[in-house]
Amino acid sequence: MNGDPGKMSCVEFQAQLSELIGSGEDPAAHPHVQGCARCSALLADLKTIAEAARQLFPSVEPPDEVWEHIESAIRREDKAPSKA
Amino acid sequence: MADPTTPMQTPSRPRANNSGETSRGIATGKSATLEIGATPNSSDTDVLARAQAGDHQAFSQLYSLHKRRIYSLCLRMVGNVAEAEDLTQEAFLQLHRKISTFRGDSAFSTWLHRLAINVVLMQLRKKGLSLISLDEAMEPNPEEGPSRSFGAPDLALTGAIDRLALERAIADLPAGYRLIFILHDVEGFEHNEIASMLDCSLGNSKSQLHKARLKLRDALRAQGRQEAQP
Repeated sequence: MNGDPGKMSCVEFQAQLSELIGSGEDPAAHPHVQGCARCSALLADLKTIAEAARQLFPSVEPPDEVWEHIESAIRREDKAPSKA
Repeated sequence: MADPTTPMQTPSRPRANNSGETSRGIATGKSATLEIGATPNSSDTDVLARAQAGDHQAFSQLYSLHKRRIYSLCLRMVGNVAEAEDLTQEAFLQLHRKISTFRGDSAFSTWLHRLAINVVLMQLRKKGLSLISLDEAMEPNPEEGPSRSFGAPDLALTGAIDRLALERAIADLPAGYRLIFILHDVEGFEHNEIASMLDCSLGNSKSQLHKARLKLRDALRAQGRQEAQP
């Protein structure tokens, strides 16, 4: 691997990208990205995807019947003799 | 019996969704009055302790607090409403059976999600998908991985992604990638929480999420190219 971050190849940069993103650092500030349009575009896409995911509704309400079924099943289990 | 003084740990990164409610926040069930996104308080601890002691009302409060996130996870993983309802029911029945074994080693929400994820993976296995364990879910078939093609600027995604297109691309992801993408990018869990849920390393969680995003990028670009064709 090239020791100078600015002279990294795209393969070398992308190999460490998941760790770079996961570390909380701004990968766009990496010297390789400054001079690489392809990796810069890749980062922009990944950022767009992550931002779009945050706009999705993270939660949906289950219908009331689900709790009714759970309650019924719990009652059945409580009445059933213990297997222990 | 678990230590009743164990605090109900709270998730670390509440996120506002489009409805203005935090994704880790209050559920809108009939009996919920607690806010999980808030600092743990004595009532949180009390509800968990009472549920662990067999208090049915406290258990219904736990259900109300967590039902939306568990149901949504199931729904996104199986893509079928009836199946997601059955899986939610099974996850909470398992919670009822096992709640007394919760010791507070991780956040309750993390522990419950792990339980629900196992229920979902069992279902996927029954349906014939080659998912036997969380380990396998975390190691998708290499053939299903993202391509190694480097994004040429002219093929980059445009600034906004159509929500339906993204939903479709997420649904088409291999189950392991889909799971980690939903947990991190949609639900807002941190890598350390996901690593605990999936019993994997922090590095594995980061790596799988990155691959999931790359695969989504491939899919979205492919959709874009199809739509661009006359």
